[in-house]
Amino acid sequence: MNPVLVKDLHYAFGDHVAVDGVDLALEPGEVFGLLGPNGAGKTTTLRVVTTLLPAPPDTVLVEGLDVVRSRRRVRRLLGYVPQQLSADGSLTGRENVALFARLFDVPRRERAEAVDAVLDAMGLSESADRTASTYSGGMVRRLELAQALVSAPRVLVLDEPTVGLDPVARSGVWDRIHEVRRANGMTVLVTTHAMEEAELHCDRVALMHRGRLRAEGTPAELTAAIGPDATLEDVFRHHTGDTLEAGGMRDVRAARRTARRVG
Amino acid sequence: MSVLPAAPPAASAERPSPVGEVTLLLRRVGAMCLVELQKLRHDRTELVTRTVQPALWLIVFGTTFSRIHAIPTGSTPYLDFLAPGILAQSALFVAIFYGIQVIWERDAGVLAKLLVTPTPRAALVTAKAFAAGIRALVQALVVVVIALLLGVGLTGNPLKLLGAAVVVVLGSAFFCCLSITLAGVVLSRDRLMGIGQAITMPLFFASNALYPVDVMPGWLQMVNRVNPLSYEVEALRGLLVGTPARLGLCFAVLLVAAAVMITVASALLPRLAR
Ligand SMILES: Nc1ncnc2c1ncn2[C@@H]1O[C@H](COP(=O)(O)OP(=O)(O)O)[C@@H](O)[C@H]1O
Ligand SMILES: [Mg+2]
Repeated sequence: MNPVLVKDLHYAFGDHVAVDGVDLALEPGEVFGLLGPNGAGKTTTLRVVTTLLPAPPDTVLVEGLDVVRSRRRVRRLLGYVPQQLSADGSLTGRENVALFARLFDVPRRERAEAVDAVLDAMGLSESADRTASTYSGGMVRRLELAQALVSAPRVLVLDEPTVGLDPVARSGVWDRIHEVRRANGMTVLVTTHAMEEAELHCDRVALMHRGRLRAEGTPAELTAAIGPDATLEDVFRHHTGDTLEAGGMRDVRAARRTARRVG
Repeated sequence: MSVLPAAPPAASAERPSPVGEVTLLLRRVGAMCLVELQKLRHDRTELVTRTVQPALWLIVFGTTFSRIHAIPTGSTPYLDFLAPGILAQSALFVAIFYGIQVIWERDAGVLAKLLVTPTPRAALVTAKAFAAGIRALVQALVVVVIALLLGVGLTGNPLKLLGAAVVVVLGSAFFCCLSITLAGVVLSRDRLMGIGQAITMPLFFASNALYPVDVMPGWLQMVNRVNPLSYEVEALRGLLVGTPARLGLCFAVLLVAAAVMITVASALLPRLAR
């Protein structure tokens, strides 16, 4: 069974078509990257998968469950980290995670242990009792991962998890994601517009441009098809005639703004 | 790395039953109220700044107007008459803020994260409503302390105090959900701030918080009759300082008003997540 299955998804905001016929079939335990410039429709796709936006019946399935008909059961299987830095700065790290443990009905007896384990896995044990407003951008992102992971999701959905972070914080976030995935076999669906990151960390990627997928495969397959020294950037340009970084700076700035507000 | 909980199989997600739904609702309300208290514990500045206004109303307006005997309140001293009104007002201001908070949470992605938990919309809104009630209650305690310091004769009867607490929570739940409903209609923080300011003062002045209903002009008495704040004040006044009050009617109105507003706000919440 595919952890996430999307069949010919279309989504429009009024007349504005954001997703224009997307098909996805994730394999259990893989890290699948949705790669594309700002405005490609990545976030919209994720919001349909996470039940935040409506889809016609039988177009989007999570672990075989329809996201419309079995909304609540699907939510129980998902961990979601949105694009913005969304931890609550007025709560401690531990309180931020404990809230999500309660909202996902982690039994009271196991709760404290589950919260500790996930904070530890994200390297936040030391700072767990400080308010999140004192955290750096990378720590906030790891805290959000802890929030998303405390319910032991089958599918972790991450929207631009490393945008606005410095390289050290970026690899910190990725290392944690891979450790948890190795430990519990969850599937990861991630969006990004940083192709070197996708090349390094995703098992498979799909290149998205103006609401459509233009190419799909492992980074190695995609680059080999273009030429010996090709990068995903070249692959993207080859398929779309456009560059990936177009509009990228706007996202970085937005994430920095959020970081300031949270911190 | 420590051992993380293993992912549950898909089939383990349970089917909702009526009893299950109610316990789920209570658990969610508990979780959100707890978070509200934790936030208050870490940042008390808001509690302090929000104390200034009711303190001014009681100390400046209240003591001046008691001295000039401008408002006929019968055998009840004016300050005693005013204290429950100011208590309800401070709860109103706390609750009206929640719509703005929800829009902020939408912009920050917090709302999306909450909506992707196995929590029905109505439970999320109810939880917010009670969280507003908890915060308003903490605020009300501060107002009660100020009133006692000013020599207001408040009841010491624990049952009446409990009744007053229920009234504050119900009133706050109503105004919190009114504010979330408005948020779901206007969708932007700036517009909601404008509307919030435009409605709170009229709600307050068109109520019995500052003066008894009989001295109002006829049209204002009509407005007063549909203003939930007036029922909140009447009940608080009856419970805390012992003026005559239609307690049964007040509780019924507040309960129905809160239930209706929670339903409306729940229906509009998904609009915010689009
Ligand atoms: N809430 C919305 N209302 C109207 N248009 C939207 C909304 N959200 C996104 N869009 C538009 O849909 C398109 C895809 O957006 P999005 O999915 O956020 O792209 P990405 O995440 O790839 O940057 C963009 O053109 C964007 O302007
Ligand atoms: Mg996006």
